[in-house]
Amino acid sequence: MKNYIKYIGILALGMVACEPEFENPVDSGDLYTNGEADFSNYVALGNSLTAGYADGTIYLTGQLNSYPNILAQQFAVVQETQEFTQPLVANNAGGLLMDGVQLPGYNTRLVLAFDAEGNAAPKYYAGTIETDISNILTGPFSNMGVAGVKSYEMLAEGYGNIAGMQAEMANPWFVRFASSPNTSVLADAVAQNPTFFTSWIGSNDVWLYAGSGGTGTDHTGNMDPTTYGRNDITDPTVFAGAYAQIVNSMVQAGAEEGVLIGLPSVTSIPFFTTVPYAPLSPANPNFGPMIQTLNTTYSQLNQAFAFLGVPERSISFSETGASAVVIKDESLADISQQLTQVLMGGGMDQGTATIYGMQYGQARQATPQDLLLLTSSSVIGQVNMTRVQELMAFGVPQELAGQLSVNGVTYPMEDQHVLIPEEIQNISEATTAYNQAIKQIAEANDLVFIDPTVLMALTQGVPFDGGVLSSTFVLGGAFSLDGAHMTPRGYAFVANKIIEGINSKYNATVPKVNIGNYNTITPSNNVQ
Amino acid sequence: MRKILFLAVFALASAVTYAGGYRVGVQGQRALAMGHTGVAVVNSAELGFFNPSGLVYLENQLTISAGVSAVFAEVAWQNETTGAVARTDNPVGTPFYFNASYKINDWVAVGLSVTTPYGSTVEWEDDWEGSHLVNNIALQAIYIQPLVSVKVAEWFSVGGGPIYVTGAVNFNRNLSRTLTDIDGNRANVTVDASGVNEWGWSASAMFTATDDLRIGVNYRSEIIMNAEGGEADFENVPNTPVNGLDQLTDTTFDAQLPLPAELTVGLSYQFNEKWLLAFDFNRTFWSVYESLDITFGNGRVSSNPRAYEDSNTWRFGAQYTATDKLTLRAGYYLDESPVQPGYFAPETPRNDSMGFTAGLSLEVTSRLAIDASFAYIRFDEVDASYDQYVDENGQNVPFGGTYKSVAFIPGLGVTYKL
Repeated sequence: MKNYIKYIGILALGMVACEPEFENPVDSGDLYTNGEADFSNYVALGNSLTAGYADGTIYLTGQLNSYPNILAQQFAVVQETQEFTQPLVANNAGGLLMDGVQLPGYNTRLVLAFDAEGNAAPKYYAGTIETDISNILTGPFSNMGVAGVKSYEMLAEGYGNIAGMQAEMANPWFVRFASSPNTSVLADAVAQNPTFFTSWIGSNDVWLYAGSGGTGTDHTGNMDPTTYGRNDITDPTVFAGAYAQIVNSMVQAGAEEGVLIGLPSVTSIPFFTTVPYAPLSPANPNFGPMIQTLNTTYSQLNQAFAFLGVPERSISFSETGASAVVIKDESLADISQQLTQVLMGGGMDQGTATIYGMQYGQARQATPQDLLLLTSSSVIGQVNMTRVQELMAFGVPQELAGQLSVNGVTYPMEDQHVLIPEEIQNISEATTAYNQAIKQIAEANDLVFIDPTVLMALTQGVPFDGGVLSSTFVLGGAFSLDGAHMTPRGYAFVANKIIEGINSKYNATVPKVNIGNYNTITPSNNVQ
Repeated sequence: MRKILFLAVFALASAVTYAGGYRVGVQGQRALAMGHTGVAVVNSAELGFFNPSGLVYLENQLTISAGVSAVFAEVAWQNETTGAVARTDNPVGTPFYFNASYKINDWVAVGLSVTTPYGSTVEWEDDWEGSHLVNNIALQAIYIQPLVSVKVAEWFSVGGGPIYVTGAVNFNRNLSRTLTDIDGNRANVTVDASGVNEWGWSASAMFTATDDLRIGVNYRSEIIMNAEGGEADFENVPNTPVNGLDQLTDTTFDAQLPLPAELTVGLSYQFNEKWLLAFDFNRTFWSVYESLDITFGNGRVSSNPRAYEDSNTWRFGAQYTATDKLTLRAGYYLDESPVQPGYFAPETPRNDSMGFTAGLSLEVTSRLAIDASFAYIRFDEVDASYDQYVDENGQNVPFGGTYKSVAFIPGLGVTYKL
């Protein structure tokens, strides 16, 4: 009797350990192969896109959904790998502090907030910033993505030195996790003895120019990066040299397999494709009733434009359809003085004619060839208070000053709000040159090159099991609320494209992820 | 010994049981050891569940059969396309039974049967790939049934009685594949209802063809469990009016879950003094389970099509009387799944299965026997999907992968005769 019970007890214990087993378990390591690639120590190089930046900042869940982290998880399915580490921020609010004080320009993340009428707009999340760059993390970190870094800055020693913050010689995102004040991003990457790497470097060499509305300088032909400003375009030769040095260093450090990711056209992203060139609707109660008066006023100006032989600069607003905004095109000949003269000749008083001359000397209406920045949407049609003050300083009465200071309607949109064709051309040429360099470096080192056109399929839309992922702002799902960085689903899409490249090149079978399982934008009414 | 066992049974009474689908065939150690046959086997008070009409044939005035099993059941899921994998971490299920029969005279017996024929506990890892369908679910239903068995003729008896069911459900799933609060915590809902009570009935007959051959039939009615005014607890819902999410606050819910009717016919044949063979055929009328619809207090309805179909189970058992004191049993069954292609939901991840069973009874005294059984349930690895999920954008999103289940059920019981 006792014996029987004992046996049953033993049997029962045996059961506890029993687990269902698949014939081909995905976690056994047999189902997939790493092919000729060795993912055991993967290091990711890049900028904000690599860091998991989204919604205007870096926050925790953004980092967890960075494409390198997604890749590392999939690599771990096919091969025994080292833990993939990231310099995680303190919380999900985003933003940065230095010694407890918020760094200017490093606000919390954007969330999609709705007002009582159901109108949605990105707003800053009301959470508390807790990530302090003076709290320096101990690495090494597999994800070496540093938001804001340009190609040649990857090599810059002291780029993570907090003492360089004041002089703008340091990058606060790198300050957080640089192994020492004098190291460079590349040095910290190489020191990890990587076996595999990805590099998505170079966007900032052109993006900062584009994102500033082309206010910077195109330095093509200038080989000295020490003379470059923050919003300038890097010379393609300087770019290629820095990029080659980065890749050579990684390969020599042991990462003989890797992926170089091309740079999608920055002007294809929602940051530039969301605000239409003709956003002024006659149905807008703040604009429609003004149209007749505006057209009467502009007709004087248009006669002057015609007289001066530039009738193409004429400005008029439609009473039935949407009208283009008025912009300042700094590539146009400045005809301020002639304009003033002609207007005075037409009987306008000198004061008004002078102001008109100044204001419209390089003005024209936008065309489909111009790109308005996402950030302009909150400015268009608003009274520009700075301009009002300027005009009042000239002695213009406050009411008239206000009437002449409506952004895009009476006051031409300033440079930082719009990319004109010449600027777009600069961006396009630099991007093409950079991509040629990246492709050549990939070929020279026998690495995977991800053609940017593969990623730009998002502009057309990419179907997945829950619909279509596209680069349409807010609704498309691929881009976060800053219009330039991606959502987790967008980054998962990037990861899948990289996996396709890896599998094809290295005869590997790394499984792709289901992008439908990744989140898109975050709605919240907890806003500042 | 008896005391300890009884204590164990009632201590575990509130614990829940395993099933794929949610029928758990563990209502008697003697029957289970023989492939869970018993509609035509006159052996013990287990008849209270299998065929109450047979109680009148029990030799003793009072017969009690009681026992409990430990169900170790786990399910694994994987998706070869993505390399994702998930495993359940189910608690040990403890289905139990208590059957008593009291013979008033040669023609009439009365009895009481307490069993747990339906129940399910499936606990996936929270936020696993299928978490928009289920994170975890616990169903339990306790059947309490007073019985009467009447011998109409020497060769024919009928029996049955009303069934009182008391049940509970607790079900948690994420609201969608991706919705989270600002900190990335997945938005989810738990529905919880207990003390859900309903009535049903069973009726049965037994035909004794010859001294050696018995034929039995048993029918247990369908019982629809109506959970009304249960608690629905929403967690981690972001503060936004998008899709009306700001209205998802804790509320009540109503839902129905059917416990389907079951018809069993079978026979037993006393081959010789040593050998008894038994065969049962069950038909479970699962087609009543069309959809799991949850209506929340805020008017929202969560509709989860199930489209089960009636399913069959074929059971075979043998009993060998080794000595006066020791009886050995073995059995086999083939259990068809009621789940149809495209409706394979991970909260009831059941495909066709085979049960291999064995057990024994040992007479400790002339009045008391120990009954032990062991069942191994084998499921084929199956590629299956649930294609009925509709996401927050109205998009139909299938969830599929490869499933593999396994279950071991050791059990212990007693039979007491007076």
